[in-house]
Amino acid sequence: MSAIDLIGVRKDYGSQTAIHGIDLALPEGAFIVILGPSGCGKSTLLRMVAGLETITAGELRIGGHRMNEREPKDRGCAMVFQNYALYPHMTVAENIGYPLKVAGMRRAERQARVAEVAASLELGALLGRRPGELSGGQRQRVAMGRAMVRQPRVFLYDEPLSNLDARLRVQMRLELRRLHEKLGATSVLVTHDQQEGMTLADHLVVMKDGRVEQAGTPREVYSRPASLFVAGFLGSPSMNLLPAEVLEGGDTLRLAGGHLVRLAEPLAERGRVTLGIRPEHVTTGGLPARVEMVEDLGASVLVHAQLEGGAAIAFHSPAEAAPARGEELGLGLPPARLHLFDPTTGRRLAAVARAESAHRGLDFPVA
Amino acid sequence: MVERRPWLDVFTHVLLLFSALALLLPVWLAFVAATHDLAGVNRVPINWLPGPYLLDNLAAAWQRGSFATRFGTSLIVAVGVTAGKILLAMLAAFALVFFQWRAKIVVFWLIFLTLMLPLEVRIVPTYAVAANALAPFQAILDATGITTLVAAVSGIEISLQWQMLNSYAGLILPLIATATGTFLYRQFFLTIPEELVEAAKMDGAGPLRFLRDVLVPLSRTTIAALATILFVYSWNQYLWPLLVTTEPDRATVMVELSRMVPRGDSIPDWNVVMAGALLVMLPPLAVVIFMQRWFVRGLVQTEK
Repeated sequence: MSAIDLIGVRKDYGSQTAIHGIDLALPEGAFIVILGPSGCGKSTLLRMVAGLETITAGELRIGGHRMNEREPKDRGCAMVFQNYALYPHMTVAENIGYPLKVAGMRRAERQARVAEVAASLELGALLGRRPGELSGGQRQRVAMGRAMVRQPRVFLYDEPLSNLDARLRVQMRLELRRLHEKLGATSVLVTHDQQEGMTLADHLVVMKDGRVEQAGTPREVYSRPASLFVAGFLGSPSMNLLPAEVLEGGDTLRLAGGHLVRLAEPLAERGRVTLGIRPEHVTTGGLPARVEMVEDLGASVLVHAQLEGGAAIAFHSPAEAAPARGEELGLGLPPARLHLFDPTTGRRLAAVARAESAHRGLDFPVA
Repeated sequence: MVERRPWLDVFTHVLLLFSALALLLPVWLAFVAATHDLAGVNRVPINWLPGPYLLDNLAAAWQRGSFATRFGTSLIVAVGVTAGKILLAMLAAFALVFFQWRAKIVVFWLIFLTLMLPLEVRIVPTYAVAANALAPFQAILDATGITTLVAAVSGIEISLQWQMLNSYAGLILPLIATATGTFLYRQFFLTIPEELVEAAKMDGAGPLRFLRDVLVPLSRTTIAALATILFVYSWNQYLWPLLVTTEPDRATVMVELSRMVPRGDSIPDWNVVMAGALLVMLPPLAVVIFMQRWFVRGLVQTEK
């Protein structure tokens, strides 16, 4: 069963359309990450689920019930904001207990619930403090506590980690995931950080310009990106994209330098295509390249090279066997690891036969 | 910006010192006058140093002006005006900042325009309204012929009357509307992050709950600053109380003080008048001293 259903959901601001009719079914109990560059409408989508933005057209269902006209508090959602939005004049305990106070819960019962939530977030010692006296990570936990205390069915996170420094972000990421496992509710997190999306999500929704580009498990989206945009957006360093031409027969590509690349299966298309390969999948072989720069990543090195014909390509190499600058190499592009895209529409090519499932991948396969 | 020019420092300090002296001189003269007897206060050249009769003069002024009741009236008026202004300003700014409605900009500019229409400018119509607050409605009824119609049909003469002269309502209500306070609140409310408003919505707090639980506690320093200014302002009101209190028993201290000023060939007992002035100065002085810390914080608004 799905926790949240979006059916043709649209958002217009005057004559501008921010969200173009989105259909999504988000499964119960999953950690869903909505990923996209800034301005793609991901936050708007989340705020429409929360009830902070009106829905121009379409239907939103939470737990099977239409929610379009319900007040935020009646939707069974709790939200964690980017800047945490803690009430600066209230103590940690008052902040966490505020939703219960508004709901009219008795003081004794309220304090018991607050203490319980605070203990589970290790905030017990900080209950008397004000938000101004807390560190970023602690504020984040208080915001979590305020969301948890009402025991919502759905947690909504609007870029909750973007204000933390890099180390704390990794730590809070783990904590978010752990909390999700413990609470068993559905979590929806919005982020522009592809790494956050990959690591946190059970299900990943990639958005661009108010549309869903691709949805699926992070592994699916990573290994079979449905478009050039998704291919370039996920993964760091991002996928190498090389211009190429399909030769007669459909199972061989010619690169700009004139070298040929074999495909695993013949293509139906002819003419220009874009060939994609992830840096970690480039092997050694017969494709001549010259090393331009070597970046030491610690565990391995990232080599930036130029193929004959001028195309740039990056690949990983073990640190012990790092090539030197200016060195001439032979690279291999394993057929099974290649991604092919239509350079004009940006859609994935080799997947044409399987495109049906990729398109319906907009609603998730039941996990 | 930090300027590092010694002569500028000296100049500004001299200027400040001079201004302070210029401001304090009349107060000092009033104080000196209040410490002399009738002969001492009228001496030429004037006395610059205090004499021994301060307590006698204070007692005389307190008696003559029946300050015991006058202070009560003034306190009620000042507190009433201050509280009313703050409440009205806060609610007006709340509506202007946190709600989207069609006439918002029009209303904003109407409030802005009232800055150009202080009480002194609209004193005649305001007095007419205070004399009968329902007069405008009566005028509408008369003009549209409803009065004559009702009189012809039922024989009942419509005559609306709500007289506010010589009442606390008449003293307080016309002074309550405040554009300045509304703007001060508006500026403060605009600094409240949108996220906080949304968090309250998610937590289930309605607008009034949000006002009570979040905005009021956060604006405590603004309230203090505004209350200080407004208390002094309403305590010092003279023209309106003078007009609206036609019975001497209903007067405020300011009106009473002006009655104590010797006119024509009455005894020029400025010592008693100045003692009265000193007494009248005390409540606003106390409020300013007491509220000073909050006052500065409210205007600077560094604390969030």
